[in-house]
Amino acid sequence: MTIKRTLLAAVAGALAATLMTGAGVKAADTIKIGEINSYSSLPAFTVPYRNGWQLALEEINAAGGVLGKQIEVISKDDAGKPPNAVTAANELVSKEGVSVLMGTFFSHIGLAVSDFSKQKQILFVAAEPLSDAVTWAKGHKYVFRVRPNVTVQADMLAEEAAKLPAKRWATIAPNYEYGKSFVAAFKASLNKRRSDIEWVDEQWPPLFKLDAGSTVQALLRANPEAIFNATFGPDVAKFVREGTTRNLFDGRTVVSALTGEPEYLDPLKDETPNGWIVTGYPWSSIDTPEHNAFKAAYEKKFGDYPRLGSIVGYATMKATVAIIANAGSLDTDALIKAGEGTTFDTPMGKATFRPEDHQSTLGAYVGKTAMQDGKGVMVDWTYRDGADYLPDAAATKALTPWK
Amino acid sequence: MDFLFIQFLNGLASASSLFLVASGLSIIFGVTRITNFAHGAFYMLGAYMAYTLTEHWSGALGFWGGLLAAAVAVAIIGALLEIILLRRIYQAPELFQLLATFGVTLVIEDLVIQIWGAEDLLGRRAPGLKGSVDIFGQAFPTYELMLIVLGPAVLGLLWLLFHKTRWGVLVRAATQDRMMVAALGVNQARLFTGVFALGIFLGALGGAVQIPREAVHNAMDLQIIVEAFVIVVIGGMGSVLGAFLASVLIGELNAFGILLFPKISIVLMFLVMAVILVIRPWGLLGRPESHARSALGTAERPIRPLGRGGRNAVLAVLLVLLILPVFGGSYLLNVATEVLIFALFAASLHLMMGIGGMVSFGHAAYFGLGAYGVALLVKFLEIPMAGGLVLAPLLAFTGAVLFGWFCVRLTGVYLAMLTLAFAQIAWSIVFQWDAVTGGDNGLLGVWPAPWASTPEAFYYLTLAICAVGVMMIRRIVFSPFGYTLRSCRDSVLRADAIGIDRQRIQWLGFILAGTFAGIGGVLFAYLKGSVFPDNISIPISVDGLVMVLLGGIQTVAGPVVGAGIYKALSIFIISETEFWKLILGTLIVILVVAFPQGVVGFAVDLFRRRDPDDGEAGEAPA
Repeated sequence: MTIKRTLLAAVAGALAATLMTGAGVKAADTIKIGEINSYSSLPAFTVPYRNGWQLALEEINAAGGVLGKQIEVISKDDAGKPPNAVTAANELVSKEGVSVLMGTFFSHIGLAVSDFSKQKQILFVAAEPLSDAVTWAKGHKYVFRVRPNVTVQADMLAEEAAKLPAKRWATIAPNYEYGKSFVAAFKASLNKRRSDIEWVDEQWPPLFKLDAGSTVQALLRANPEAIFNATFGPDVAKFVREGTTRNLFDGRTVVSALTGEPEYLDPLKDETPNGWIVTGYPWSSIDTPEHNAFKAAYEKKFGDYPRLGSIVGYATMKATVAIIANAGSLDTDALIKAGEGTTFDTPMGKATFRPEDHQSTLGAYVGKTAMQDGKGVMVDWTYRDGADYLPDAAATKALTPWK
Repeated sequence: MDFLFIQFLNGLASASSLFLVASGLSIIFGVTRITNFAHGAFYMLGAYMAYTLTEHWSGALGFWGGLLAAAVAVAIIGALLEIILLRRIYQAPELFQLLATFGVTLVIEDLVIQIWGAEDLLGRRAPGLKGSVDIFGQAFPTYELMLIVLGPAVLGLLWLLFHKTRWGVLVRAATQDRMMVAALGVNQARLFTGVFALGIFLGALGGAVQIPREAVHNAMDLQIIVEAFVIVVIGGMGSVLGAFLASVLIGELNAFGILLFPKISIVLMFLVMAVILVIRPWGLLGRPESHARSALGTAERPIRPLGRGGRNAVLAVLLVLLILPVFGGSYLLNVATEVLIFALFAASLHLMMGIGGMVSFGHAAYFGLGAYGVALLVKFLEIPMAGGLVLAPLLAFTGAVLFGWFCVRLTGVYLAMLTLAFAQIAWSIVFQWDAVTGGDNGLLGVWPAPWASTPEAFYYLTLAICAVGVMMIRRIVFSPFGYTLRSCRDSVLRADAIGIDRQRIQWLGFILAGTFAGIGGVLFAYLKGSVFPDNISIPISVDGLVMVLLGGIQTVAGPVVGAGIYKALSIFIISETEFWKLILGTLIVILVVAFPQGVVGFAVDLFRRRDPDDGEAGEAPA
């Protein structure tokens, strides 16, 4: 009985303690921005992402904030689930009274929050979700997106792929929307550029459940000349190991989405494959004033080098504040009007939200993987501006039924 | 032909990995009847430990020693967990250990991120087994060959252990009839600890040997736990050889399946499980459970209608809920609405498992079908809300009619796993059928009609539907049908003897429970405005189980209270901190130890102890 009482007291105490921390006093004289992301379910990407927006926030507030007020960001975890993201969005809007929402990583969560923002008529600046649908098929006037979508990134890769002599191609991608639309966009773009392409096999392992041995063997059987890969995270590590041991990559070029991002490249260490054509983030070799300043500030604040997530977080924060500054008020209609055409600073250079689809012109780095001192790096890279790959205004019109 | 042989070897290598994990789970369940939800977490812990040890120790001895040492270390942690936590709750109602191990899983998931960081860790390759050998002109990794040998080797060692040692004989005896073993004077506590440690050792070893194959990361546990359960059930609970056969079956079917249907992996094992369970209700090598219900060790307390005190309490709660909009802001109402929906969901699950004796690991199927029902009606027929509320549960109803017909032919954990199989099949259809369900990008724009769109209006609507739903479930429980259902649960033989058509009654109970869950799903879709495959996925089923067990499975009010506690706590904690898994997991473990009968079960005990005249239920164990 005494144990039971003690435990009861402990539970009560724990509850009381958590309740207390929730009751912090919030300053009234700030502009509130609500932020949601998958912090607990995808920390490898979202922790650097949070560092990124915190750095930007610090810089903005140090420079006097916006509209004469300091910015306050209230950040919530969505536990990797759309219903939780909607609950969090609701709390931010109804209880915290934020003026703008930003964030999200997964496409389906981005879409859930986007639909919520449409219903509640509040601006949502989507950070990472890559699905085309976010700004095109399921877009609406309340949503803006920072990162280039799947079609743009696939197009950049296909441009390089078209230069290869390879004609027989196989694909491997995780079996969900991101993987399916990446493969479809890559195929379409490569077919458009070359008429002699033959697609000999496709593999669709469940996300993060790649049965690498069997899958690599299946690809070997099809004997492609080149492979397009859209797996990432733990799947790509398995794929690289198993493919290397089984000589899958001998004499075959691999074109691979996202693999150059430090989040996914760094764990490969001295097993980094050589010469894969990838999108990513060559943080150590970019030498532009804006990136140097960003990198120095980031390393000083966090004692670690930036990842791609850091750039996305930083850029999203800057973009959101730029919209507010342009609008000159927190009225949602004014924000939307000002948001169209707003230009913002990122460590990759300037980017602009296109009026025709609310997609930013932020680009991506395309290059090749290589190993230096036992670490994976990107070499021979170039920065491709998103504006050069997005469809023009007329073509966009057909993609955006909401406009 | 050459290719087919190589692919056959690939299947065997995957099978060995699966077997290590599944055999541990099977042994633990066979003897202790613990459904060890934390088995995946220990698998992950084994991998992380092995990563650290093999990074620090060099050479072949360091590597292989590191793998073994990691498994031993995790096994010791497992043994401590059994001694400190699980021993306290062996007398609790069935499946209660599932709740405890669920809490432990949450804690471990957060701890590995705190200890090892967020980034994926790619460990060393095995010294001496880094390369490949040439088989029929194909390069085949030597490490995979080693794995192919490891599976049968472990199987052989386990056979020796179980057939040639006294301890092994006791383990087998306990698997068959643990009460008899206890009656013969065997120290059960030591036996259970030993078995648990052995099972965890195998699971952790299964994780450790993945080091040369894949990056260690913080979602490994969830990937393996369901697969391991499926393997165990296909093989027959408690049968190690069965687990081996099932692993080979799944490994090979997957290896060859992806050649024909590259997208098959996502649902393959659940299809196999459904087919096998329909044909062989106890798995490949399992036996009918000898003590279908009485293995609990305690008599179940009969449930009774509420007394005056209980009625007053319910009225008071209803009154508070009615005036909640007066002092609660719109966010609070939003949360309250969600809690109410899950209260109905938990009550429906309880009708099935607590009253009907049919444990469901796949109750999300009906919740999700309800949600998709309304989303599809809105998308294709643009049906107004009133129509959606009435028509959408029909999809859940249909699902329950169909799945229930198969499920009620089984009993116990096999029934539970068949519900899981159907839920996963439904999930994969929703996930893949892009043209209709929108795939994983879901269906958007399922918002309430203008008359119900304010938080207050939707709250009252939900309150009305859920209150009526919960009362109807209560009414069913105490109706003649409810008593019949309970009789089927408590004694199949006697129910048969007095002419009750058990399967028909249970089927009806199944359908009712599924339909109520579907109503919850419909409201949930309107609350969130969008529907995703997540709504039909395993975490929702687990949430339901947690709510029912937390509240007290042997009470009628328990699930509703459990839903309130669990949902409100988790929403609140997730909002406050990203370390919510650590805090929520710890709270669950504390609640488990404090209230082994569930929160309401504890309250009922307390109430009856103070009022000894009311002692019809007999002394409940503390």
